[in-house]
Amino acid sequence: MTELVYFSSTSGNTRRFVEKLGLPAARIPLYARDEPLKVDEPYVLCIPTYGGGGQGGAVPKQVIRFLNDEKNRSLIRGVISAGNTNFGEAYCLAGDIIAEKCQVPHLYRFEVFGTPDDVRIVHEGLESFWKQQP
Amino acid sequence: MIDKLKLVSHVDAINWNKIEDEKDVEVWNRLVNNFWLPEKIPLSNDVQSWNTLTPIEQQLTMRVFTGLTLLDTIQGTVGAVSLIPDAITPHEEAVYTNIAFMESVHAKSYSSIFSTLASTKEIDEAFRWSTENVNLQKKASIVMEYYQGDDPLKRKVASTLLESFLFYSGFYLPMYWSSRAKLTNTADLIRLIIRDEAVHGYYIGYKFQKGLERVSQERRDEIKDYTFNLMFELYENEIQYTQDLYDEVGLTEDVKKFLHYNANKALMNLGYEPMFPKSVTDVNPAILSALSPNADENHDFFSGSGSSYVIGKAVNTEDSDWDF
Repeated sequence: MTELVYFSSTSGNTRRFVEKLGLPAARIPLYARDEPLKVDEPYVLCIPTYGGGGQGGAVPKQVIRFLNDEKNRSLIRGVISAGNTNFGEAYCLAGDIIAEKCQVPHLYRFEVFGTPDDVRIVHEGLESFWKQQP
Repeated sequence: MIDKLKLVSHVDAINWNKIEDEKDVEVWNRLVNNFWLPEKIPLSNDVQSWNTLTPIEQQLTMRVFTGLTLLDTIQGTVGAVSLIPDAITPHEEAVYTNIAFMESVHAKSYSSIFSTLASTKEIDEAFRWSTENVNLQKKASIVMEYYQGDDPLKRKVASTLLESFLFYSGFYLPMYWSSRAKLTNTADLIRLIIRDEAVHGYYIGYKFQKGLERVSQERRDEIKDYTFNLMFELYENEIQYTQDLYDEVGLTEDVKKFLHYNANKALMNLGYEPMFPKSVTDVNPAILSALSPNADENHDFFSGSGSSYVIGKAVNTEDSDWDF
């Protein structure tokens, strides 16, 4: 069972956060030449924001490709995003954009690879979130 | 103590069509897209607000900005440049030249603030203070020492701690003024600097972690010890420096939380676990919201009133929808 789908660049910060959660997770591939990820069950998406500038480029293009698959998009239930408050209004902007596009809640924001508190809150939060799902 | 700066011994023509590390291109593009100059910010709109500050508050602000000027000057003239000979890819070298130039833009932008708000006499006094303050000079000399050393990994640690930790005793103040609707244009300029420093700290920290992958466990342990020792040394000095600046206006304790919060992020940029517990990183919400308007707990679905959230119907999505 896949509870989480995530994307992480070569810096691996989001991967590290997801690994600390210790929940079943599938990774969106890094390169266009890789086999695209297709999911069959509801999931929460965990992604970094390519931050700093304006709106353009906030959502990693690999994540756009994944969500452009209609079935993938229909199964998203929420989004968790990583970023840096130094990016001001663009902090975790990718999560806001996806939440709006896919009409799902932006569940949580964390910085870099998350503090132990972030890991605990998200772990507990996801558990009750899935229980509330129809 | 004038050491000759080491230069790259051999250079090939850089080929941006052959990339070894995609992160170099990603960060280069991000830095170029973020490029700005102080002339774009209408600083003169702050003159009226500046005149509402007390003489002590004005002096504090001037001192904070000369301190930041010193750090940006170091990073532009020595720090980022010292990383070039250690670069693994030619594109990494190019990114450091971008970082170095931008640090010089930052250093210059404080002078734009000074000339807009203060008299020559006040400016000269603030710069004199910056050369005479023991703790500011100590922070500069600690970092400079590592830039001139012969250890590439330690240089990256010192550089990341400067970018992601040492600036923040200074960055606090314009965020504080902004939260009180004072010097708001100056705060807009400082936010651009803060944004740049985040990309710099992230990138140098990333390259540090790549370098760490190539060395033995013993060496990794040594570097980790070194990093935390340096962090403690800089932290203790930073507390003294913060007291020198902020005791008079009663903000020292509030600044300390901001230091802890940013020290954690600096360590995380280097791939290490955060050091300070949540109980001492609870940054004043007004400061956090001056930094990033959606960073507060109201945006946390898990601990907020998320149960009332209505999930709508998904809409079709095409590439062009994403502003990509």
